[in-house]
Amino acid sequence: MAENKKVVKGTSLWKDAWKRLLKNKLAVFGMIVIAFMVVAVIIGPPIIYWTTGFTPDYIPSDSKLIKSFPPSLQHPMGTDEAGRDLLSRVLQGGRISLMVGIISTLVSLIVGVSYGAIAGYMGGRIDNVMMRIVDILYAIPYILIVIVLMAAFGGENTPDWIAAISNLFGGGAGLNQIFLLFFALGLVSWLTMARVVRGQILSLKNQEFVLAAQATGVSTMKIIFKHLVPNALGPVIVYATLTIPSVMLTEAFLSFLGIGVQAPYASWGSLCADGIKNIAIYPWQLIFPGVTMALTLFSLNFLGDGIRDALDPQTRKF
Amino acid sequence: MSETNGTILSVNDLRTYFQTEDGLVKAVDGISFELEKGETLGIVGESGSGKSVTNLSVMRLIPEPPGKIVNGDIIFDGIDVRKLNIDEIRKLRGKRMAMIFQDPMTSLNPFLKISTQLMEVTQLHLGHSKDQAYQHAVDMLRTVGIPAPEKRVDNYPHEFSGGMRQRVMIAMALSCEPELLIADEPTTALDVTIQAQILELIKDLKTQRGTSVIFITHDLGVVAGMTDKIIVMYAGKVFESAPTRELFKNPANPYTKGLLKSVPDPAHEEGKALYQIPGLPPDVAHLPDGCPFAERCDRAEDICTKEFPPFIQINENHHSLCHFAKEVYAESTGGGE
Ligand SMILES: Nc1ncnc2c1ncn2[C@@H]1O[C@H](COP(=O)(O)OP(=O)(O)OP(=O)(O)O)[C@@H](O)[C@H]1O
Ligand code: SF4
Ligand SMILES: [Mg+2]
Repeated sequence: MAENKKVVKGTSLWKDAWKRLLKNKLAVFGMIVIAFMVVAVIIGPPIIYWTTGFTPDYIPSDSKLIKSFPPSLQHPMGTDEAGRDLLSRVLQGGRISLMVGIISTLVSLIVGVSYGAIAGYMGGRIDNVMMRIVDILYAIPYILIVIVLMAAFGGENTPDWIAAISNLFGGGAGLNQIFLLFFALGLVSWLTMARVVRGQILSLKNQEFVLAAQATGVSTMKIIFKHLVPNALGPVIVYATLTIPSVMLTEAFLSFLGIGVQAPYASWGSLCADGIKNIAIYPWQLIFPGVTMALTLFSLNFLGDGIRDALDPQTRKF
Repeated sequence: MSETNGTILSVNDLRTYFQTEDGLVKAVDGISFELEKGETLGIVGESGSGKSVTNLSVMRLIPEPPGKIVNGDIIFDGIDVRKLNIDEIRKLRGKRMAMIFQDPMTSLNPFLKISTQLMEVTQLHLGHSKDQAYQHAVDMLRTVGIPAPEKRVDNYPHEFSGGMRQRVMIAMALSCEPELLIADEPTTALDVTIQAQILELIKDLKTQRGTSVIFITHDLGVVAGMTDKIIVMYAGKVFESAPTRELFKNPANPYTKGLLKSVPDPAHEEGKALYQIPGLPPDVAHLPDGCPFAERCDRAEDICTKEFPPFIQINENHHSLCHFAKEVYAESTGGGE
């Protein structure tokens, strides 16, 4: 009876999945943490500025204040070696880290979905060639590709189009580097997405509704992107949610090594790199950025797993 | 019933083969038929006999590779379908020739609203604006008997029952008023009562709109009341072709006789086992030299396994592929037995 009512009301598959997701405590926890983080990194720095006057880059003029202070009411996360407010720096760094995660994932999404969908639908020789290319790229350690890309196109060699995009947001060497990072990370993380999508399309393309769509005269590209890709959206969303933390981790690693985000910009990774130098004497300088980052990455993973369970085709009924 | 005002589709010596690991599958091997405007043709045969491949060939929907139309003419309203390029054929599909499929549960896209799927066709072929297409979708749903179409049009396919989905498929197929409708076993997956309703709907719509129909089924009982003529297929070949009444009354092929015997008739006693043609349909990749039906035929003689049977003309519209076509015909016309 309840079932019947639901059908008449017109519950979509997404609404069902959403309901299942809300029942998953870890996923809800993850969602809350992520929502909190996003809001905090957006409105946090201006609020701190209005209330205390600190900016992430504010170095006190009084030379006695240029040193590491432990957490206090004034500096909830303490200060770094230069006396800068760590909370503002962690929030500001969070902006960069989250943006790297989201934008690089978007790049990988666009490239991976189109590539995988076309390979899967075309099949035959085209598919073969396209997927062998993916295999070869897989065999090269992605971190190596990123390092090479960053080295080859970093600094003065920044491609004009990246500099142009970066100029829209203020420009400068540091920002160029960040935009380069978006693309470098995006370009190495689409491989698995392409495989996921190709697998989905392969299993879908022999279904009768594809033939039915062909029989109405719909073009190949429309069939791929309007009829098939939406059907593969579940796994794509799941994989994208899981790509965000993995890209963020790679960014942290690169910044930790000093080839990612560079001063004056900071990310959670570069803050951790700064903090680890003084771990024995000023442990908060590592703990706060480290814990914030870990909490965010865990939350993203919880959410990704939750979405996967909610969209699980086993429990989904057509 | 049939006003013969011209031929809408003529298929001549169509051969469609598939290259498979098992060898060359001659799925359709020399099929010919003609369909007059407004007429309904039934294509009957067991599973694997090539019914679907014949019609997919007409719409040029054969996956290539592994399939290929290797021979024959397909003339649709004077257009040589085999010569069209892909864009030209796309303009025919859905607009002038449309198709509905066996399984309504899988032939609608589960992730798109009914409205989206119906609108796509008319926006594509009739140049409808969004609003026009939406209105047309609602109208079409009403035409095929979906209650409260204004509300149901925005539902997803999983919110419809099988019978309703088949109605939606029919709405989609007919939304551009095609001249030819190919129905590929449209009722096989449905309950008996729903089957009857869908058949009735197709019958009504085709009479109203003068649509020519090809109706595919493996059940002769289904096509009895709605077709003008029938071709019986077996192993990619036409075994018999005749006007419906004649085929039912005076079959001239042992295979047709077998199919007729296996139609459940209303007076059939409950619980009594239905007749079934013995054996299984042949493996089309490895056909014998002689008559492909010989192994299962109760009338087969030596010659049947040695020589391929001729396509014998019984009368003007009646042909049968059998060494003994005339005898079989004589038996069924008048007390031979
Ligand atoms: N894509 C394909 N690849 C290889 N062989 C195929 C393909 N499509 C059809 N065939 C072969 O062609 C033959 C005829 O198939 P077809 O689908 O036309 O049968 P049918 O008469 O429609 O049967 P059914 O009643 O089961 O729908 C079968 O032997 C089948 O194996
Ligand atoms: S040719 Fe022989 S085997 Fe084939 S249908 Fe006729 S009698 Fe039967
Ligand atoms: Mg079929």
